[in-house]
Amino acid sequence: MPTTAFLTDSTLCIGCKACEVACKEWNAVEEDGFNWSGFSYDNTGAVGHSTWRHVKFVENAPEPGFGGNAPELNTWSFSSDVCKHCENAGCLEACPTGSIVRTEFGGVYVQPDVCNGCGYCVVACPFGVVERNPADGRAFKCTFCYDRQKAGLIPACAKACPTESIKFGEMETLKANAAERVRELHSRGMKDATLYDAAGGSVGGTHALFIVRGDPRSYNLPPRPEVPTVYLKKAWRSSALGAVLLLGGTLLAFLSERNHGPRKFPRASHGA
Amino acid sequence: MAHDIVFPEDFGARERKLLEIRRQAEKQGELKTRGIRPPGAPFPMASPDTGYYGIPLLKEPAWTWEIPLYFFVGGAAGAAAVVGAIADYTGGDRKLVRDARWIAAAGSVISPALLIADLGRPERFLAMLRVFKPRSPMSVGVWTLLGFSGGAAAAAFAGFLRERYGPSLPLRVLENAGQAASLAFGLPFSNYTGVLLGATAIPAWNENASELPIHFGASGLAAAVGLLELLGHRKSRALQMLGLGASIFECWEGARLESRQLPGLDPLKHGPSGVITRTGGALSGPVPAVLRTLSLFSRPDRARRLRRWASIFAIAGSLITRYAWVYAGHASARDWRQPLGINPVDR
Repeated sequence: MPTTAFLTDSTLCIGCKACEVACKEWNAVEEDGFNWSGFSYDNTGAVGHSTWRHVKFVENAPEPGFGGNAPELNTWSFSSDVCKHCENAGCLEACPTGSIVRTEFGGVYVQPDVCNGCGYCVVACPFGVVERNPADGRAFKCTFCYDRQKAGLIPACAKACPTESIKFGEMETLKANAAERVRELHSRGMKDATLYDAAGGSVGGTHALFIVRGDPRSYNLPPRPEVPTVYLKKAWRSSALGAVLLLGGTLLAFLSERNHGPRKFPRASHGA
Repeated sequence: MAHDIVFPEDFGARERKLLEIRRQAEKQGELKTRGIRPPGAPFPMASPDTGYYGIPLLKEPAWTWEIPLYFFVGGAAGAAAVVGAIADYTGGDRKLVRDARWIAAAGSVISPALLIADLGRPERFLAMLRVFKPRSPMSVGVWTLLGFSGGAAAAAFAGFLRERYGPSLPLRVLENAGQAASLAFGLPFSNYTGVLLGATAIPAWNENASELPIHFGASGLAAAVGLLELLGHRKSRALQMLGLGASIFECWEGARLESRQLPGLDPLKHGPSGVITRTGGALSGPVPAVLRTLSLFSRPDRARRLRRWASIFAIAGSLITRYAWVYAGHASARDWRQPLGINPVDR
């Protein structure tokens, strides 16, 4: 079975949030609060347990306008964020129940009937995607529309996207398309267009590719995400050293006490 | 360049902020409150210097108060089991062996209770036992806890029956096997929680991945020794040595944290989480170290009093230290600069 992926192209996104709505409708995700962020038209902020697709409103520096009533133009980029479905997924590795699995489509899926809400995936995700729903108790994130893919449909967000900013397809094809698209953007003068797929580091690439303009950090995309399993080796080494020190120290302490025992510290005589 | 942008947690505060911004915009035609703006732009910008409006990338830990308390109880119980078993094998004071076993047994009951209480779906605790995943510290920890709890409870229970009804072969087998298991599982159980925190995406934790387990182990040992001394074993030379060793290690650990200059360690040094971390560190390290050293050169009754205070401070220090690390993890997750590789403002 070929693995699938999202390619989210911020140069095509118009910020309509149809993907957010379609996702919520298909997956019956609850509302995420009717709140003002107070500093942006983006009043949602980030993906979370009740937001599996999230359109970022990246407000850039104004560019010179046409004069008259428009001395300068405020420029915006929009980018629809989603679970990255990492090749080496921190949440999947961390899950102690085996609730989080890799599907045959390459996505990372939280089985809601197994998750017991231990919360360890939350701190294991280098992209801050998966979150525990305080009301429900379990952890939730994008399912990569596993149910729809099973039935041969494309994910709800990609289906609803009116500008094809969210593309869905076979991984290798999409990667080629993405490279082609970046080349095309460059030739059209958008020299700052880049592909973000976290392929270089320990995450080993993602099933959600993003084409963004400028520095990915403006989109809250980390330049060097690390899957937390890279810290396991040194942590367990320290744990082993701690165990050896504890055992050795305790042995030393009690053996030396035995040698000094009867003189200064008479052995208690009660007990067996 | 960088401004301190705090994403409001309180929704009411968000709306108040919006009103404030609107008023300011009406009055001055531009905003000075937050973010980086070109002149005249009404709203802050996203940029490589400010990230995405300073909205944190990472999620804060979902754990509630039970988890740091579990770190404390588990650490003390694991170390107590080791102390009890070794004291038994070396022919130490019988009462000390018994008390250490009871501390371990109490921990073997309280630890799973805390762990289960923190779950979002406590009734599904058994889902943890459907797999064993060596690459998940949580999974390894749950199985270690299971082995430890069984062993520690069996040893204490069999010991109790033996004292009450006299020795018998099955009781001796159960007691010895339980004790051996509580020793074998107690060693990793006393410090695996450091691995649990170290192998995460939270910068303040994973930057200390190679020190946290041993630090937590020393903290657990200090708490176990403190509890035993408060139970009356303030003449034990072995406990004195262990308490001194643990407090000296904690001094070293504190010095190491304070001397390293990494932006990811900021939550351990600055702000409320820094205060708590330093308080826990002082109570775990220098305070008991000094009190115990003084007690070495004091008259017996004065020495016992000093050791009691050293124990009380060390136990408090161990407990505060666990809360401090979890609290610092929250602060670290809120620091949006760290995962984006943006350097913090110079302090």
